[in-house]
Amino acid sequence: MSSDIAISVRALCKTYRILHDAQGSRSRRPPTFRDAIAGRLQAPFRRAPVEEFNALADINFDLKAGEALGIVGRNGAGKSTLLKILSRITKPTSGEVDVFGRIGSLLEVGTGFSNELTGRENIFLNGAILGMSRAEIRREFDAIVDFAEIERFLDTPVKRYSSGMYVRLAFAVAAHLRSEILIMDEVLAVGDVEFQKKCLGKMKYVSDHGRTVLFVSHNMAAVRELCSSALLLGRGRVQALGSTEEIISRYLDEGASSEVRPETGPLKRLRVLQDGHALVIDADWSHLHPIRLPNLGFIIYDHLGSPIVGANPYLLGVDAPNKPCSAGRITARLTEPRFLDGHYFMSAWFGDGSRDFIELPKCISFEVRGMASSRQYPASMVGPVAPACKFDFHVNESATEVNV
Amino acid sequence: MTVADPILPEAPAEPPAKPFLKIRPSSGFAGVDLREMWQFRDLLLALAERDVKLRYKQTALGVVWVVLQPLLGAGIFTFVFGRVAKFDSDGVPYFLFSYAGLLGWNAFNSTLSKGSSVVVQNAQLVSKVYFPRLLLPLSTVASTLVDFAVAMGLMIVLMVFNHIKPGYPLLLLPVWLLLLVMLAAGIALFTSALMVSYRDLQYVIPILLQFLLYASPVAYSLKVVPERLRTIYMLNPLSGLLEAFRWSLLGAGHVHPGEIAYSIAMVFVIFLFGTFSFARMEQKFADVI
Repeated sequence: MSSDIAISVRALCKTYRILHDAQGSRSRRPPTFRDAIAGRLQAPFRRAPVEEFNALADINFDLKAGEALGIVGRNGAGKSTLLKILSRITKPTSGEVDVFGRIGSLLEVGTGFSNELTGRENIFLNGAILGMSRAEIRREFDAIVDFAEIERFLDTPVKRYSSGMYVRLAFAVAAHLRSEILIMDEVLAVGDVEFQKKCLGKMKYVSDHGRTVLFVSHNMAAVRELCSSALLLGRGRVQALGSTEEIISRYLDEGASSEVRPETGPLKRLRVLQDGHALVIDADWSHLHPIRLPNLGFIIYDHLGSPIVGANPYLLGVDAPNKPCSAGRITARLTEPRFLDGHYFMSAWFGDGSRDFIELPKCISFEVRGMASSRQYPASMVGPVAPACKFDFHVNESATEVNV
Repeated sequence: MTVADPILPEAPAEPPAKPFLKIRPSSGFAGVDLREMWQFRDLLLALAERDVKLRYKQTALGVVWVVLQPLLGAGIFTFVFGRVAKFDSDGVPYFLFSYAGLLGWNAFNSTLSKGSSVVVQNAQLVSKVYFPRLLLPLSTVASTLVDFAVAMGLMIVLMVFNHIKPGYPLLLLPVWLLLLVMLAAGIALFTSALMVSYRDLQYVIPILLQFLLYASPVAYSLKVVPERLRTIYMLNPLSGLLEAFRWSLLGAGHVHPGEIAYSIAMVFVIFLFGTFSFARMEQKFADVI
């Protein structure tokens, strides 16, 4: 084993047992002591029907010291379980993990904050909870207060803090944790934009300065900014491990293509096409009952999953067709804004204007090509769409240069 | 945006040669890692400090309740057992007698009731941060001791008023206090771990405590316990300890070395049982809580 490995995970599994009671409802344990005893008395040798659920199955990876690894995956993919095992909150069912260095983990901002205590008291309490010694906290105290920008309210109970101040303080304490390995779960999603930027900057600084970082987020922009490599988890398994860009596009691409044909629901076919400078979305639909306004809604996202534009005929106040019908085709032609070269995703909804019958989140993934030209800045510089823009020039007569 | 403050040290040039930490599946038997507990001593202090601060945060009334509670209790016992039932109080004013009993009882009572609910109350902490879980029940002892000190202050005042001079047995008082707290902590370790799975214990414990209060020599003297029941009565390890506690303070009571030895042995057995059953159950806390 090489000496510059920080975390080594071997054949890691975590299994939860889900007990089923007679009614078929799910719970992990008999709900009360009485039920446990009564159950035992009624059927002393019967085993409760157990369903095993593999939250993690055979996870293997090595993380080099000083690297920042992003962990991405859908909800329920096992990200949080993995972090909980690495931070020793829960034990694995089998497999092993070796960690070289002190681990600081941050699965939540402000864990253990006490509303009645002052900011100062909470810094010491929270610091201790995160594993800092009193001396360490004292040494970092001024930096923490500076970072959180709360010096005036140090001796005010945190229950009087605004929610912004509260998360700033909580993040500030955590950010000053001096451990060689830092584990973080979605903690950047706090505070206002300005503070989020500051946090991201701090995290970037941390990972650029030789510390090992494990970062879980649904925010692909943050993962891309912070991490040099990433790991894609799906249904408890490692789906892919590689460069951040590669993993992010795989994650976003999962189960999406430029045309979908849902097996159930009123939408029979949905696709996105590029027609010159325009995007064309069209959908075939049929429904049990006639609909006056077939309401197809969509949102288009950039390659990191941030929304760009969205619309539906109901919101735009489009006139409904003359008579209700129960099947048909809808075509939406987007000419403004123009989409620049790149990779995009789309979510779609279909309904009758008062309610939605189906929702297909990020079901479509498509490419736009041929929009780059010498007269157009690239999307990486000006964003994914080009505006329709009319310029007006007012000439100030007295300032005109007179040509001879 | 300024993030360039050089507050973070360079990463260690040479990572430690061998694993710093091994994470392995849970095992049936779990020991107690005393070295790790020592590493986390600052957390123990911080949690204890939080408890004490929160207890007295609600202005002066918080402190007043600490003494008012045993005062009212002693008043009721004096009326019921001293006046109505006319029990003997070993030559000490009944009020003082029952107040002294309550002093020891409250140390036991509050350690047990706070300790047994502390893990469930800190569920959020348990599911989001790692630390030796044993610290949680232990951290509640601090606020119990502060309460004890306040009530003890009033005890001294009462003793001075009643011209009672304690003898050398007073020197043993800290020992009885420690044993009472250990006994309560031992039970609390077991119940707090069990409560993670079975919240029912929240309702069981107050009833158990009420029963114990009347099954122990707090409101009355050992002398009024019928002789033929005495052996059964003394099986409760609290009986010997509380009688010894009051004897240390007031010189009143009937302390038998054999019974005390039994109580002390029981304290250690229960404390060790509590500690190890806690250590075994704590491995599943985060999955169940």
